[in-house]
Formats: sequence, C-alpha cells, structure tokens
Amino acid sequence: MSLPSAEPRLPERHYLNAERGLWSWLTTHDHKRIGLMFLGMLLLMFLLGGIYALALRIELLTPGETIMGRLAYNRAFTLHGVVMVWLFLIPSIPSAFGNFLLPLMIGAKDVAFPRLNLASLYLYVLGAAITLWGMFEGGADTGWTFYTPYSTATGTAVLPVLLGVFVVGFSTILTGVNFITTVHTMRAPGITWMKVPLFVWAIYGTAVIQVLATPVLGMVLVLVMLERVAGLGIFDPARGGDPLLYQHLFWFYSHPAVYIMILPGMGVVSEAVCAFSRKNPFSYRVLVLSTVGIAFVGFLTWGHHMFVSGASVLGAGAFSILSMLVAIFTALKIFTWLGTMYRGSIWITAPFVYVLGFIFLLFFGGMSGVAVAVTSADIHWHDTYFVVAHFHFIMVGASLMAFLSGLHYWFPKMFGRRYPEAVGIGTAVLIIFGFIATFLPQFLLGNMGMPRRYADYPERFQSLHVASTAGASLLGFGFLIIAIYLGWSLRHGRVAGRNPWESRGYEWLSESPPPESNFHEPMVFTDPPHDYSKPGVEPEVGRAA
Amino acid sequence: MVPHAEHFGDEASRQDAAHMGMWIFLATEVLLFAALFAAYSLYRLAYPEVFSQAREHMDLALGTINTYVLVSSSVLVALAIASIRKGRDLAAGVLLAGAVLLGITFLCIKGMEYAHHAKDKALPGAHYAYDKFAVPGASLYFTLYWIMTGIHAVHVTVGIGVLSVLCGQALSGKFSAAYHTPVELGGMYWHLVDIVWLFLWPLLYLA
Repeated sequence: MSLPSAEPRLPERHYLNAERGLWSWLTTHDHKRIGLMFLGMLLLMFLLGGIYALALRIELLTPGETIMGRLAYNRAFTLHGVVMVWLFLIPSIPSAFGNFLLPLMIGAKDVAFPRLNLASLYLYVLGAAITLWGMFEGGADTGWTFYTPYSTATGTAVLPVLLGVFVVGFSTILTGVNFITTVHTMRAPGITWMKVPLFVWAIYGTAVIQVLATPVLGMVLVLVMLERVAGLGIFDPARGGDPLLYQHLFWFYSHPAVYIMILPGMGVVSEAVCAFSRKNPFSYRVLVLSTVGIAFVGFLTWGHHMFVSGASVLGAGAFSILSMLVAIFTALKIFTWLGTMYRGSIWITAPFVYVLGFIFLLFFGGMSGVAVAVTSADIHWHDTYFVVAHFHFIMVGASLMAFLSGLHYWFPKMFGRRYPEAVGIGTAVLIIFGFIATFLPQFLLGNMGMPRRYADYPERFQSLHVASTAGASLLGFGFLIIAIYLGWSLRHGRVAGRNPWESRGYEWLSESPPPESNFHEPMVFTDPPHDYSKPGVEPEVGRAA
Repeated sequence: MVPHAEHFGDEASRQDAAHMGMWIFLATEVLLFAALFAAYSLYRLAYPEVFSQAREHMDLALGTINTYVLVSSSVLVALAIASIRKGRDLAAGVLLAGAVLLGITFLCIKGMEYAHHAKDKALPGAHYAYDKFAVPGASLYFTLYWIMTGIHAVHVTVGIGVLSVLCGQALSGKFSAAYHTPVELGGMYWHLVDIVWLFLWPLLYLA
C-alpha cells in the first residue's frame, strides 16, 4: 500500500485533549468519550471472565478435584458465564464501537440523547458492580441462565446477581432507544437509508432487538427475585406454577440476545471486508436485508432451547424450521463477504486476519447450530459439551473475533496511533489456532457424552480435556500479547494520520482522533459508503455552506 | 423523516427525536407488561375455573371507580397539552395538578383494596391463606393480581412524579406555545399507564 509521503502528525486539538481532568470525563456528553469508557469497562470484564475461564479449564485438566471443589466450580462457571454474557458480550460492540462510530458514520455531531447516553454508562457500571458484589460476596451457582426452580431454591446469593443484570438491562435499553432515534433523525444530508454504512445497519438491527427483547428479560428477572423474596409460586410446580414459563420468557429475550451479540460483529466484518479487499460490497442490499431478516427471525426461534423440556412435537418442529431460517440469512452474509473478497486486492492486516477467523468459525458455529436445531439430534447433544462448543464458536469464535477485528481496525481512529502490524497479525493467527484447539475437542467430547457444568469426568475423556486446556492457555497468552502491544501503542505507536487504511468508510473522513464535534464543518455525503470503485481517488466530500 | 445536517440545528428536529425516543421507550414498556400478560394467559388456560370464580372475590365497585379516576386524569392531561399548545401555561398547570390529584386518588383507592385483600390473607405466593377461596391455583391468581397491579402502581407513582414536576414547571412559566415537548412526553407516558390499566381492569375484575 502506498503511504502518504510526509510523516503524518496528530491533530493539535481532538476529543481526547479538548478538555482535561477526570471530571471532564465523568461528566462528558461526547459519544466518543462515552464509547471509550465503555470499552475500558468491557475489557476489564473480559479480563475477569477470562481469568475464570482459565480457572475452569485448569480444574478440568485432570479427572477428580484439581484446584477447586464442586461448589466452587459451580460458582466459577456461573461467574464466567454471567460476566462474559451479560457484562461483556451483550454490551460489547454496540456500547463501545457503536457509541464511538455511529454518529461519525452518519455525519452527526453526537447521538440524539447525549445525557441519556452517559446515564446508560453509569447504569452499566452500577449493574456490573451489583452483579460482581453478589458473585464475590455470596456467589451464585445457577449458571448464567438462572433456570427455575433451582434459581429460586438454591441457597447461594442469586438475588444481587439478578438485580445487577436487571440494571445492566436498563442500560442496554437506553442505548438502544438512543441509537434507533439517532439513525432515524440525525443522518447528514446525502445519507439516505440505502446509503447508511453497513456497521450502522447492524447496530440499528441490534438496537431494535435490544429495545424489544430486554424488557421481557427485565420482567422475568423481577419475577424470579420476587419468587425468592415472597415465594410467589409462579415458577414453582409445588404451588401450581410452571417452571417452563420461565424458560419461555427467558429465551424470548436470550435467544434474540445471541443476535445482539453476533449482528454487530457482522457489521464490523462487513466494514473490514470492504476496506481490506478494496472492493465495494458484493451486494450492499443483501447485507442490509439479511441484517433485518436476522433481527426479525431471531425473535421466532426461542423454543429451540426447550426441545427436551417437554415441548410438543408440533411446537418443536416449528421452532426447528424457524431456527434454520437464521442459517439462510447468515449464509447469505457469508457468501456476500466471500463475493466481496473474490478478485479484490486483499491486504492482509490484523483486522483482516480476524475477519477470516470470524468467517471460518462462524461457518462451523452456524452449521453446528443447524445440527442442534434438528430435534432428533438435539436430544442426543442437549446439555453436553457439543452445545458448549457450538455457542462458544458463535460467541467467542465469531463475536469476539469481530470485536478484536474492530478493536484493531478502529484503534487508529480512536487514538490516532498505529499498533505494530506484524505483531498484530501473528497474535491473530495464534488466537485463532488457540481457539480451535480449545473448542474443537469439546465438540468431540460432547458427542461422546460429556455433560456440561460437570467438574468431574471419566478418565477416557482426559486427553481431549487436556487439548482443550492447552488451547485455552494459548488463547490467554494471545490476549496478554494484545494487551501489551495495544497498551504500548497508545503512547508510542506510530502516528496514523487521518486514514491509515485508506478506507472509504465515512468515519475516516474526519481526523483521527476526531475533533470534539466529529467534523469541523457540516458534512454532505455524495458517494455511497464503501465505494472503492475509483481506485486512488479520495472520495469527494461535499461541504454544506 | 428528513435527515438533518446539524446536531439538532432547529427545534423541530429536536422535537422529532424526542417524540421518537419516547415512542420507542413506550414500546419497551408494552413488552415489559407483555411478559405479565403472557403469564396471565398461561395460568388462565391452566386454571380456567379459578380465574372465572376469582371475580367474586374482587371489589368490582372500587376497580370500576378507579378506572374512571384514571381515565379522567388522562383526559385532564390531554386538555393540559391542548392548553399549553395555545400558550396558556396557567391553565395547563392547573389541569396537570388535577391529573396528579386523580393519580393520587387512584393509588389511595388501590391501597384500600390491597388492605382488604391483606385482611383476608389473599396475599401473593407463600403468604396466601384466604380460606374462602382455597382451591388449587387460587394463590396463583392472586399472585398475578398483586404483581400486575403492583407493577402498574409503580408506574402510576413514577407518572405522578413526572406530572408533578411538569405541573411546577408549567406554573413557573417554563413552557409556551413554542416549547412544550416535555409536557407532551410526560402526557404520552401517562396515557400508556392509563391504557395498561384498561387491560388490567377487564382481565382482573370482569373476566
């Protein structure tokens, strides 16, 4: 790639140094600063969940008790799940990158409700604090799904954990309301609906799911809390209640929540694929429509979590077919990304390596998803490591790879500096292989009958468990390297200049790091987003008077 | 909706966004209650007899009076919005005060009902010991009753707070024919609280 001849310099005044002092950060209304603070919190949560993941893998290294007892193991996997799902994955890309980029990508100065945005951050911190206090003070042992009647009967501290997740849910709702309104009312002239960048479409679809599904979760958590406090009996068969109602209401949120985790990732990948293939998206329209399709069908698939909970044959069959529909939309996306890469001038960078990892792992995660959507097969695999491997392929293999891709792709945008590219590429390869080594054995274990949530196993499973733990160590090592070189680059990285990737994404039209109100002048966008059809020509930026 | 160049360059686009945000928020409220209505439907299907007999143990008169009270307060809020659109802030403030008083009346009547049920020991869940209605599933009906009306009452309380603040602001002349978005948003919230009750009333008192 041709680099600009003159060494680029950081802009003198940008959002990071426009105001100084801790107070200016704590009271900021700037979506970029709020996004950055979210990013910091999320990385902290990821570290915590990751440490517990490693602890679990060490416990599973040998049969019998290795480093912790049974109850400690139950609490550890609950903490891992609660932190990773509720406190990291669900808010991850929307709250961090969505906040930072959405206004930039539609040429707005900020989100529609900046104060609400800050409130959303504080609610998240509050919810996370309550959850973690509950986990460390009393420890819940229910798993991240809080299934009744166990969650209403167990003696561990489920109440604060539920309350914390409830508060985090509010934060998600406020962010969703904000993003939808922003996309509807704040697009700059020229950005019609069919010229909205693909990442924004993905965040928009996600926000719709967040807004429509999260309240149901909120209510079901309130019911479980009341059931614990006042013995409601709504989910308790001994009082005439129905524990399955909990599963229905919980998965009505939590299955769409899987798309809350994956859709933003798909948005990141759509951006990065175009940028590093130097090609227009193979079909912008298909990527947009499949985003909308996934957001819609995602609401109609929750029953596939309940095939062995006594669902009727008709109900199970319907949910089975609806679940497979998601695979069609996902496949449309995968083919479109591949079509974008085909005969493009591929530029291998760290974000692009993560994109390749994403597509490969999403394919495996998705196909195993179709496999468990088949009711007869699911009866065999239900509650085994096969399911654990399946959803880790989606949540870690896909969502996390997309998160890392976005982190690297937008790092220069956020901080105006670059990270060492070669180290980045090497680490990306290490992480992808570490991931496969961790979770591929778990497919095999599950198929052999290893149940999930068990601290112990027969000796014949040990070799595969050792392989999985070895992979997890590689993963942990990889994240450590990333933390080191990105931390180093914050201060010492080479100055990136406005657009180090020569991307045609709208967000790169402003300086890196961007000024306080994103653009120095009101923007008018004439070219479509992701337009690489005129090589070497900077996109024309129309400027309103 | 027309895209705008500036971060709310004009008042009209600010209002657009504010209204839209409120509508989306109301949608989340609807889904919040939807979970409860789903639970209600499930247990009504499971215990049809209980749910049809339960009516006899409810105070239909108080429930109906409360419906009138809440709908009337919604009318006052609607009139308040109509007044402030014409710039009559004193009238709007008085109407909002009336709506707040009716809201408080609603909560008082609801409290009386709760007191009756508590005296009969028709309490939710484990504390249910109502001897005149001791069939399987009866405790579930009352559990649902307490939760649905209880969470509704929480919303009424929040609404009373919102309307009180708006009332104070209107009387101190903060709003005018040109600027009254907060009154409209508060009104929308209050109407939603009202509408939810219009579903609770037939399901719990008339069914």
